[in-house]
Amino acid sequence: MIDFIVRRLIAIIPVLTVVAILVFLMLRLTPGDPAAVIAGDNATSDQIADIRTKLGLNEPIWTQFVIWIGNMLQGNFGESFFFKKTVAELIAQRIEPTLALAVCTLIFAVSISVPIGVLAAYRQGSLVDRVVMGFSVVGFSVPGFVIGYCLIYVFAIELGWLPVQGYIRIGVNFWGFLERMILPSLTLSVGFIALISRITRASVLEVLNEDYIRTARAKGLSNRVVLMRHALRNAAVPILTVIGLGIAILIGGAVVTESVFGLPGLGRLTVEAVLSRDFPTIQAVILMFSVVYVVVNLLIDISYTLFDPRIRY
Amino acid sequence: MSTEAKRPVLEVRNLSVSLPSGADRVHAVEKVSFTVSPGEIVCLVGESGSGKSVIAFTVMGLLAKALKPTSGEILLEGENILAASETRLRQLRCTRMSMIFQEPMTALNPVMTCGEQIDEVLNTHTKLDAAARKAKIIAILARVKLPEPERIYASYPHQLSGGQRQRIMIAMALVLDPVLLIADEPTTALDVTTQAEILKLIAELQDGQGTGVLFITHDFGVVAEIAHRVAVLRWGELVEMGPTEKILSRPEHSYTKMLISSVPSIHPVHRDVRKDGPTVLRTEKLGKTYSGSGFFQKARVVRAAIDVDLDIRRGETLGIVGESGSGKSTVARCIARLIDPSEGKIFLGDTEIATMKASKLRPHRRRVQIVFQDPYRSMNPRITIGESIIEGPMNFGLKRDEAIVRARKLMETVRLDPNSLDRYPHQFSGGQRQRICIARALAMEPELLIADEAVSALDVSVQKQVLELLDEIRVRLNLAVLFITHDLRVAAQICDYVAVMSKGRVVEYGSAEQVFGSPKDDYTKALFAAAPGRNWEFGKFAAA
Repeated sequence: MIDFIVRRLIAIIPVLTVVAILVFLMLRLTPGDPAAVIAGDNATSDQIADIRTKLGLNEPIWTQFVIWIGNMLQGNFGESFFFKKTVAELIAQRIEPTLALAVCTLIFAVSISVPIGVLAAYRQGSLVDRVVMGFSVVGFSVPGFVIGYCLIYVFAIELGWLPVQGYIRIGVNFWGFLERMILPSLTLSVGFIALISRITRASVLEVLNEDYIRTARAKGLSNRVVLMRHALRNAAVPILTVIGLGIAILIGGAVVTESVFGLPGLGRLTVEAVLSRDFPTIQAVILMFSVVYVVVNLLIDISYTLFDPRIRY
Repeated sequence: MSTEAKRPVLEVRNLSVSLPSGADRVHAVEKVSFTVSPGEIVCLVGESGSGKSVIAFTVMGLLAKALKPTSGEILLEGENILAASETRLRQLRCTRMSMIFQEPMTALNPVMTCGEQIDEVLNTHTKLDAAARKAKIIAILARVKLPEPERIYASYPHQLSGGQRQRIMIAMALVLDPVLLIADEPTTALDVTTQAEILKLIAELQDGQGTGVLFITHDFGVVAEIAHRVAVLRWGELVEMGPTEKILSRPEHSYTKMLISSVPSIHPVHRDVRKDGPTVLRTEKLGKTYSGSGFFQKARVVRAAIDVDLDIRRGETLGIVGESGSGKSTVARCIARLIDPSEGKIFLGDTEIATMKASKLRPHRRRVQIVFQDPYRSMNPRITIGESIIEGPMNFGLKRDEAIVRARKLMETVRLDPNSLDRYPHQFSGGQRQRICIARALAMEPELLIADEAVSALDVSVQKQVLELLDEIRVRLNLAVLFITHDLRVAAQICDYVAVMSKGRVVEYGSAEQVFGSPKDDYTKALFAAAPGRNWEFGKFAAA
């Protein structure tokens, strides 16, 4: 097990190297000059050139890369071109809303999608099944911002139950925080629910044909026990896998959702940083997202052992 | 018999179960009636599709939704199960009637410990507290003769052997002393020595408690071993029923007679052993070691085959007999170079192929062909059988029309209609598919034909035909055949020579008559002693 974890952690290194090179090159090869953005509309070309020198953008690309990597290895994520803060400070400021959004979305998504997926499998071919499957097609194909604005229109504007936008820190006012988390996480959950309920259904359906399900029924157990205790736990591995892969959707979705609901999180920070060509911030955020993705999937792999005693690393 | 005075535990009256429309017949089971008395073992015997399992599942109320009982009654101690509600059925399951299944490997939930799985039964059906339940489970685990009940209680199914898992199933089924036990082919998936132990255990337990047993099997050896009475089914109808001794020695119905006569005898037929043919295959100290090693872990080493010396001459059949894990399939696969041997030599004619490189090996691949166990899975379902047969020869340079001519001829050889070459595998029965697999192997004009459990998945009557066909082809084409089987009866009928394998080694090797007539090795002796129905001479009927 420890052997496995160590090997997987070592495997993060090449992943991050590739991501770092790609991000770095992509930013520098796309048009747009950060110095011009910082200098503003009325700047002279001399002023811009000055700023370029100050930011180190006149060095050859590979020198810039080596400096950046060198700093990163020392734990220095650099200074934002645009926000006049260190990138580390920026991320620390912006991480809470994103983390909250991700956690609420996961809770929403899993607690809705797994039960409806199991139900659809148990009543395969019934109306319930068709409704769930129909929903999952719609949920997967409608873009997040459309869902977001629809929810805002119904629950915030027409019914007035929930605030339209904004964020309150969890430490400041818990109920205010919760109120403002509901619509964004519902929005972000829709695609996730569609995905997980579909996988849950398929995976439970497969398990329901297994011999041990027949054994469980021959024992005189109720349908509920057969489904929840015998079928679901055996179906857990593919469901967990998809949840892990879905973290990528979550990260991508956070960018859109945070913009729609005005959440000051990492997604919005990414958008702002891209628009202002803030290289150090973009690079750091993307690297951080890749670390999160790899680590979450490692955790998912480890969690398999909790559900299936046959899996040993 | 004193049991006849008591009320039967199970009475099936006039039961019919319909198949969904579009099936090959209207009823899965038609107007079947029989009884099981307390303390009695009744065997339902029939080939695949005879409806024997459908009857078992109907009694348990576990029928697939597509199948519907249309008439009749099933009385469990007088209570009609067909009229019972789902709730009532749940109450009866595992308390009054229990069932054990064919595949102990898959019948237990892999993610729960064995103890938990038995505990569920007690938790659902009794009001015992945790300590009392645990005590009861440990007691039943001891009763089914599992070693170290405490350890078994905490074990997961994958940590136990097949025989142990079937004991867990039996413990689970009998923990609440039901009056009826339904056993659906409970030993079919087990090795013969394990089978003998499980049969003995079932007989002991039911005798002690007076449990009625409905035992479903296709194997007349098992019938002879365990049954008090036998019911023979064909196409959902009960053709004949009576005491075991009468059915086995004086059957009345022609189908029963045919079925029993198809059971291969355990005594080998006398075959003239010729010593003059050229050697087609010879192995020298053949060995295969599997090893898995980790970064920080100690390497695990499994020696699947050790120092195997075999030889087969042209026109001979060599059988490799052994239980699962004995290494018999490993040897076959090494010889066909489907896997690479780790030690030793394989001579195909004069060519040594054990260490030959893949590119050099290719021309020799044609010379060894295999027929696999499961004809349902060893053919590509998406291409016609004709394409399957000509694919190999065309790969080796034969022109398409010549290959088709060859395929048509081979279809005649295996007694199938040459005009059906454009059909797909699913349009054939299991026996027919296995003939197609044989034709496919022969299309390569091999020198050595390997049959890896090639008749194990077939019903006895079909098995008999395929065995006869294989033997006929061997004589006609003067082929060398390597026949891998776990079934001693089959080996006795088809082999000139027999190698008995155990734990990767050949423990006994000689002519079939010699090995079967006077086995020398202890393991071989144990194997024969465990063969079910070894004292019966099936098919030698007394005059009616």
